[in-house]
Amino acid sequence: MSVLAPGKIAYVNARLLDPASGLDAKGSLLSDGEQIVAFGPDMAIPADAQTIDCRGACLAPGLVDMRVQICEPGEEHKETLLTAGEAAVAGGVTSMVCLPNTNPVIDDVATVEFVARRARKNGLAKVYPYAAATKELEGKELAEIGMLAEAGALGFTDGTKAIRSAQMMKRLLSYAATFGVMIVQHPEEPSMAENGVMNEGELATRLGLSGISPQAEAIMLERDMRLVAMTGGRYHAAHVSTRDGVDIIRRAKARGLTVTCDTAPPYFALNELAVSDYRTFSKLSPPLRSEECRLAVVEGLKDGTIDAIASDHTPQDQDSKRLPFAQAEFGGVGLETLLTVTLELYHNGVLSLLQVIDRLSHGPAKLLGLAAGRLQAGAAADLVIFDPDRAGRVNPANFRSKSKNSPFDGRPIQGRVLRTVVDGRSVFVADD
Amino acid sequence: MNAYPHRHLLGIEGLSPLEISFLLDQSDSYVEKSRSNDRKSTLLRGRTVINLFFENSTRTRTSFELAGKRLGADVINMTVAASSVAKGETLIDTAMTLNAMHVDVLVVRHADSGAAKLLSEKVNCAVINAGDGAHEHPTQALLDALTIRRRKGRLDGLLVAICGDVVHSRVARSNIHLLNTMGAHVRLVAPRTLIPSKAENLGVEVHHNMKEGLKDADIVMMLRIQNERMKGNFIPSIREYFHFFGLDYEKLSVTKPDALIMHPGPMNRGVEIDSDLADDVERSLIREQVEMGVAVRTACLEVLTNNLGGLA
Repeated sequence: MSVLAPGKIAYVNARLLDPASGLDAKGSLLSDGEQIVAFGPDMAIPADAQTIDCRGACLAPGLVDMRVQICEPGEEHKETLLTAGEAAVAGGVTSMVCLPNTNPVIDDVATVEFVARRARKNGLAKVYPYAAATKELEGKELAEIGMLAEAGALGFTDGTKAIRSAQMMKRLLSYAATFGVMIVQHPEEPSMAENGVMNEGELATRLGLSGISPQAEAIMLERDMRLVAMTGGRYHAAHVSTRDGVDIIRRAKARGLTVTCDTAPPYFALNELAVSDYRTFSKLSPPLRSEECRLAVVEGLKDGTIDAIASDHTPQDQDSKRLPFAQAEFGGVGLETLLTVTLELYHNGVLSLLQVIDRLSHGPAKLLGLAAGRLQAGAAADLVIFDPDRAGRVNPANFRSKSKNSPFDGRPIQGRVLRTVVDGRSVFVADD
Repeated sequence: MNAYPHRHLLGIEGLSPLEISFLLDQSDSYVEKSRSNDRKSTLLRGRTVINLFFENSTRTRTSFELAGKRLGADVINMTVAASSVAKGETLIDTAMTLNAMHVDVLVVRHADSGAAKLLSEKVNCAVINAGDGAHEHPTQALLDALTIRRRKGRLDGLLVAICGDVVHSRVARSNIHLLNTMGAHVRLVAPRTLIPSKAENLGVEVHHNMKEGLKDADIVMMLRIQNERMKGNFIPSIREYFHFFGLDYEKLSVTKPDALIMHPGPMNRGVEIDSDLADDVERSLIREQVEMGVAVRTACLEVLTNNLGGLA
């Protein structure tokens, strides 16, 4: 990895992509120190600028990944702020939001500050925390939402646990609205997910595995939409995976509710068949769904119902996955495949390249209230340079992430991150 | 002249400006009297007042007891502990029992909204609601109004911010009704979890930020936070509550320079109000409110007893 000291740097010969302004044109971008100074098709290159030739590759705002489990503090054998930072920049991610389900839980100001300080020291992708919605993620008592928001928490969630009690969700939405911050739900009715290990249906029946019905997602979302309507709170549904789930969000948005949602690449790139040989790397939460649900998620991305694509990066060590399917842990790593797998939507003609970048950067940044995800003079020079066409294959052995549990292991892909820039510094440059 | 032609005082809602002004004027006349050495009169000699308290109270009960005694009535305090209720006597049974004893005024406090009204329907005497659940506490609103009127000379046109646990507060509800009736402008300031549903339909402005809610206020009324009931459900913690909604000099800086602070008591110092501020004689009316309480209750006992003569 070569690290360039920030000075004046001109990225020339690029295809500039900025979803916020709709810019898609050949041109150059100039950064000075940590900031973007200018960009455009006819930008003059100052004589004292160092030049980086993009050779026609795409130059876009760095990706904003709104759902990452970093595992530090508490499970540093799976991932640390350093390894997650390295994985992120290798995937073109320049800002990521981590879940509070660490040990200790991110439910006080000191832990929020610990995460921010440690991540800053690494100087890789920027890390912003979600904080716990309820103390210790127990779903019983409100966390100190006001003070945590002041300390920099971007949203409030119980992580991979749903907020089970309707009364608690109502109070959370009301209380968080006092401070204008959002509640992020893992939309899955817990009693229907208990003991379930994969999508409910014919395949689960054949495999003899207990299922989680897609209705578990629909029931929780339907309930929550009523609570949002009642409280006027700001709600975000994480990793929507079902046809009915997408539909509920679509209708809620049409009614004007303050609701957004994201999904993760496995839910538009894979379906439940990926677990058919008891492949534990494809055991995810929520589970991979039917082909019909996958197509509905693609449709939701296309019509803008789904605002963002997040990696849902969930590191697991080998011992957690090398187990009989029912006993294995849920989750897959995703930082390093986020862009390349999402580019399939472009190659398949579902989304334009600008739309792909929007769902990965400007979309999430906007709903998180982050000043990121766009090319703008004066903004931080957080950039990704990528070749959307280069063919390759997902090889977890090359992952920077400490854990290798990718559901995309061995998948042929088209697209490659060439360089990632954070605050004007190149923090990742591809080897070849 | 008696401008309060009712048997009971169950709430402020529905009273006219004239009726409220009359009660305040009557109360005013008792302030000087209770400051003199000649506090005792014989207006209620031979009358019986029972303080029937189903909930603990120190200041309200003492204040009614003093008021009754200064008017020469026989005052009996009945504190009905939860255990006696557990013996099986219903509220209506209790009312019938007391009615048979020929009581003149029943002062009732009960944890359930509507309890005072239920009692009033079953007895021949006058009933004063000394607080029913989260419904009303009319004498508190009257004493607050008297305190404000004596200091500001009026109620009309004042901007009053009521801050804190509105959802559980009978004091807030009675004050909203009284202040609105008398032409004051009321704001509620609290986190959304402590504002009851459709509160704006009561004719108030609702705010969730102290500095916005206190801007240019003439009066800041703080409400008590009940720690045990709150924790984790309505607010995350006391320190967070104080940080955003506790009244201190900094938040007070946006009010009118001569704004005054009130609190119905008992206070939680360092929870809803900064301790030094609560004791600041320039700003705090808290002790004055207690004094006005005796005057208001004396006037109410006198007015209602007079009505008994005419109505019985």
